[in-house]
Amino acid sequence: MIKNNKKAQKNHILSLEDVSISYGKFEAVKNIFCNFKKGDITSLIGPSGCGKSTVLRSLNRMNDLIPNCSLRGTVLFDGTNIYDKRVDPVEVRRRIGMVFQQPNPFPKSIYENIAFGARINGFVGDMDDLVELSLKKAALWSECKDKLNDSGYSLSGGQQQRLCIARTIAIEPEIILMDEPCSALDPISTLKIEETMHDLKKNYTIIIVTHNMQQALRVSDMTAFFNAIEYEEGDGGKVGYLAEFNSTKKIFSSPKEKTTQEYISGKFG
Amino acid sequence: MNSLFYQKNSSRNIGDKVFTSLSLICVVIAILPLIFLVTYILIKGGAQITPELFTLEPNPPGDDLDAGGINPALIGTLIITTIASIIAIPVGVGGGIYLAEYSKGGPFSRFIRFGVNVLAGVPSIIAGVFIYALIVSTKILFGSMYSGLAGGMALSILMLPTVIKTTDEGLKLVPNELRYASLGVGASMYTTILKITLPSAFRSIATGVVLGIARAAGETAPLIFTALFSYYYITGFGDLFYEMGSLAVLIYNFALEPYDAQNKLAWAASFILVLSILSVNIFSRILAAFTEKTKRV
Repeated sequence: MIKNNKKAQKNHILSLEDVSISYGKFEAVKNIFCNFKKGDITSLIGPSGCGKSTVLRSLNRMNDLIPNCSLRGTVLFDGTNIYDKRVDPVEVRRRIGMVFQQPNPFPKSIYENIAFGARINGFVGDMDDLVELSLKKAALWSECKDKLNDSGYSLSGGQQQRLCIARTIAIEPEIILMDEPCSALDPISTLKIEETMHDLKKNYTIIIVTHNMQQALRVSDMTAFFNAIEYEEGDGGKVGYLAEFNSTKKIFSSPKEKTTQEYISGKFG
Repeated sequence: MNSLFYQKNSSRNIGDKVFTSLSLICVVIAILPLIFLVTYILIKGGAQITPELFTLEPNPPGDDLDAGGINPALIGTLIITTIASIIAIPVGVGGGIYLAEYSKGGPFSRFIRFGVNVLAGVPSIIAGVFIYALIVSTKILFGSMYSGLAGGMALSILMLPTVIKTTDEGLKLVPNELRYASLGVGASMYTTILKITLPSAFRSIATGVVLGIARAAGETAPLIFTALFSYYYITGFGDLFYEMGSLAVLIYNFALEPYDAQNKLAWAASFILVLSILSVNIFSRILAAFTEKTKRV
């Protein structure tokens, strides 16, 4: 087991080892093995209900907040199993930030939206600088530098989402998880967020769930294709699994699995 | 073919009119008592309002005397309601936070919610008798029996369910996305509740608290068993441990007196009580509207 850890540590910032996640008795995903490389953008794609969001949320223990959700297996982050009993989920979330599907700024000013996370994480230093830097990294600074005291809700949807990204960057996480960050946005905002992600790649590892295959192709280095199969017992329920994991190029040009081929060519999903 | 024009005499249109008028009559009947009650009290009581009313002690009943004022009762109501709020608001808001944020809907929280609903339906006189048995008859509070403190406790029992329920429901209205956002940037549950969820639910919680206060301020039955009544000025902290007057009990006592002067005083007190409860309710509306506006800046 320890040997395994050392091997995994090399370049892999996050590793899933035989992870299965259940909601109550219902198993959502099963036996996932997956390694995320440091500094990469990894896309999780797949049809609805295959459990890719569930997997994403398990990476910073957001699933803890969903009643009845339980996980078997190991999620190694920096060589530590984040599901170890001694691990504090609050600490995990400070180092693995998350951007959600719906833009969800706090009902506070733009400035406070960013300062909040930093402050509760014990940030000492010039808050004004941090806010400016974070907004710049999220490509939002030029649009809102004159109205930092306005409510976060006064921004457009795309701007709100970039504010949420800026808020996540401000706590200096090592990994940023994004759960379909562009699904509620128009194409132009989507493009801006994708540009932002390219810039962020220099300093952060990004894992993104997306339904948009073009987006996966545009932004990511690695792609994980999830699929769902019916239970063997056959009561109609489905369980998700990781069907194929490879570099984005290979997944989209020469997928090994037939289902991957069918999914990316739009035959189902 | 039927014509497309409106036909006054068709049975359908007649039925429609009859039903509309019937429901209009019902709503008028429902609202009439409120209008009569408020105007009657305003006229009867409003005529008795003098500056001395607010500064004097009530005189003991007797036909040769002037009735005096309601100062002790007015201050007493303020004090007793404040005591009730000091007890009920922290406990109620805390309990509501537990129900909405921490309990995961298990049997325990279901039991608590059920209990809160039962408590909300308990007749107020029971709350009075309960505190009488617990505090007054046992002289547990430094040997004092009837006291303003005991009165405040009885009223806090009546406030509690309102405060718990509105906190619980107000917090449940806060979208989960906000909680995730806060926890996602590494906030603890405690910071999230204090800095994000509670401020977002402030409007509904404050409204509930104010309505709870308004309800408690007008209660009579629990006070008869606990705070009783006093004719004398409240002069210091020590008076908390003695019988304390209140507007509601003053009305109850003096309305039953055979003397005209005391009856008039009861009317005046009713006027003040109704007016203050009305203004507290209006205040809660303004508070709601105000916080609503600031939230949407």
